[in-house]
Amino acid sequence: MSKPTSPVDYGAFPDAKGHFGEFGGRFVSETLISALDELQEMYQRLKNDPEFQAAFDYDLAHYVGRPSPLYLAERLTAEAGGARIWLKREDLNHTGAHKVNNTVGQALLAKHSGKSRVIAETGAGQHGVATATVAARLGLKCAVYMGAEDVKRQSPNVYRMKLLGAEVIPVESGSKTLKDAMNEAMRDWVTNVDDTFYIIGTVAGPHPYPQLVRDFNSVIGREARRQSLEQFGQLPDALVACVGGGSNAIGLFHPFLSDESVKMYGVEAGGDGLETGRHAAPLNDGVPGVLHGNRTYLMEDEDGQIIETHSVSAGLDYPGVGPEHAWLRDIGRVDYVTANDDEALAAFRTLTRTEGIIPALESSHAVAFGLKLAATMSPEQNIVVNLSGRGDKDIFTVAAIDGIEV
Amino acid sequence: MTEEQNRIDRRFAKLRGEGRKALVTYIVAGDGGLENTVDLMHQLVASGSDLIELGVPFSDPMAEGPVIQKGHERALEHKASLRKCLALVAEFRTKDADTPVILMGYANPIVKMGFEAFADNMREAGVDGALTVDLPAEEAGPLNDLLKARNLRNIFLLTPTTSDQRIDEITRLASGFVYYVSLKGVTGAGHLDLDSVRENLARIRRHTDLPLCVGFGIKDGASAKAVSADGDGAVVGSVLVSAVGESADGAAAKDRIGALVSEMRTALDN
Repeated sequence: MSKPTSPVDYGAFPDAKGHFGEFGGRFVSETLISALDELQEMYQRLKNDPEFQAAFDYDLAHYVGRPSPLYLAERLTAEAGGARIWLKREDLNHTGAHKVNNTVGQALLAKHSGKSRVIAETGAGQHGVATATVAARLGLKCAVYMGAEDVKRQSPNVYRMKLLGAEVIPVESGSKTLKDAMNEAMRDWVTNVDDTFYIIGTVAGPHPYPQLVRDFNSVIGREARRQSLEQFGQLPDALVACVGGGSNAIGLFHPFLSDESVKMYGVEAGGDGLETGRHAAPLNDGVPGVLHGNRTYLMEDEDGQIIETHSVSAGLDYPGVGPEHAWLRDIGRVDYVTANDDEALAAFRTLTRTEGIIPALESSHAVAFGLKLAATMSPEQNIVVNLSGRGDKDIFTVAAIDGIEV
Repeated sequence: MTEEQNRIDRRFAKLRGEGRKALVTYIVAGDGGLENTVDLMHQLVASGSDLIELGVPFSDPMAEGPVIQKGHERALEHKASLRKCLALVAEFRTKDADTPVILMGYANPIVKMGFEAFADNMREAGVDGALTVDLPAEEAGPLNDLLKARNLRNIFLLTPTTSDQRIDEITRLASGFVYYVSLKGVTGAGHLDLDSVRENLARIRRHTDLPLCVGFGIKDGASAKAVSADGDGAVVGSVLVSAVGESADGAAAKDRIGALVSEMRTALDN
């Protein structure tokens, strides 16, 4: 696909069947179709319902703590030596990341559906914690599927989920990471579809998930747009966000898509480097395929088997990506780039030392590219970098790299 | 091949004529070693299987329970792939020209090969139909047309959650037979509800004359006989995959699946 010649009506996507161009859709087994139809019907009705929107806005303000600040990082800007770097502080949300925007929204849907149990998949544990949190608040039973490898790597979040009353189920199949957790959550949903609501944590999965997760996270971009106009009197010149499944990125990008002057960069996990094959960058080095209910770019081998990915950040360690990103890539609206593990770790340290903000390793990928980009721009220009989460959960990983036992 | 010569249609017509039920058996290609798969297929036939569903291993088999997941993992360790599955069927065809074989798997390996190449390769290898778990009716159109043009059958799943309107839409696309999933769950689950199966088969029957085979949760001759009472056949998978997984070698696997299939054949015919 090449660049469209006429303006794209971004609000018209996905279409009624959940397609973003050739991507998205609903590639699931027949048992789940009726549950997806039900969810879609309910969501279409509620998304334009003022009462539902008011309840969502109330929870975002009073439970999540929104709006999150748009913060001018002056010392980080000086470090880069170019455009001004503004940080959208999703790390200040309740539970420490953007993930809660979505779980608050989907919890409201779960409540409306009358189902008594919620399930989720999680990689690093952030979405699992955000799901366990809203389940505790609403008194819903909660089960979180987590790859057995990730359970070992992310023990603080496992304990957090348990404190919140969730059952954490280690997944021993396949590569024992996020993709396998998603398979297992789908299997649970197929089995318990009558009483269970599946809270997917990213903008992937079968329609309508990519749409509703995007809509709930779009509060990030709506706030950032308004804050930009208020705080520096114009739209930003560029937006930067990390992309695993891509929920924080689409949340920031979507409200700006029609603003042609705003450049957008999605930063994938370059792992050991694109040239090594050990990375998690399907938009840079993958091919279109079908996984987890949607058609999108994937990391796979020559037989179409999904391959293991590599990233220092568990939250980006996923072989697929949301279908809307696949489409935005192909039509050229968003540039997808990479930051390698070492670049992300350096940015983690730089932001911590210059601004007193410890970023999540996921978000550190966005910071790393933001620093590079800023250096190529002039001091009058403005970049908004999505600081999608805080790094408390990652101090053990970083300490281990430093050879320190915490 | 002409329209009436697809092996699946021929087999179901023959069974109907004899008043017998179809025994559909599933194993994963490459499970127990690629070199043993064709032998296992012949054994299934010798023991009374009417139609072989050859599982195409996939790294992320979302609809499978733990038993078949492990079968896929073992097959992938033996480097099985869609390409090799097709070659195995071609090899099987050198000694068996009659038993229908369908490939059951997931969309991504087919997308990778290309829908048209897949359909061409199926015909060339002697495969008679495909069942692609994650290609529901709304996404199945392009592949369906290619299969149809080559006189190949496209088998769809119907489930307890499928609405009447969807049954109508799906059975209009479906060919060969319809696979009714007996329960809400993954393969190998254990909560078979015979009353629900009976009601749903009657519901489906109002929409189509295609043969109806019932799968998921069938473990032995008694359950195979019970689910197929109101349909045209039973599909058995997990119990066979489990037997292959527990066998020390190809010969042991042959013996074990042979005994299991014989027992089910006898139950269905009596």
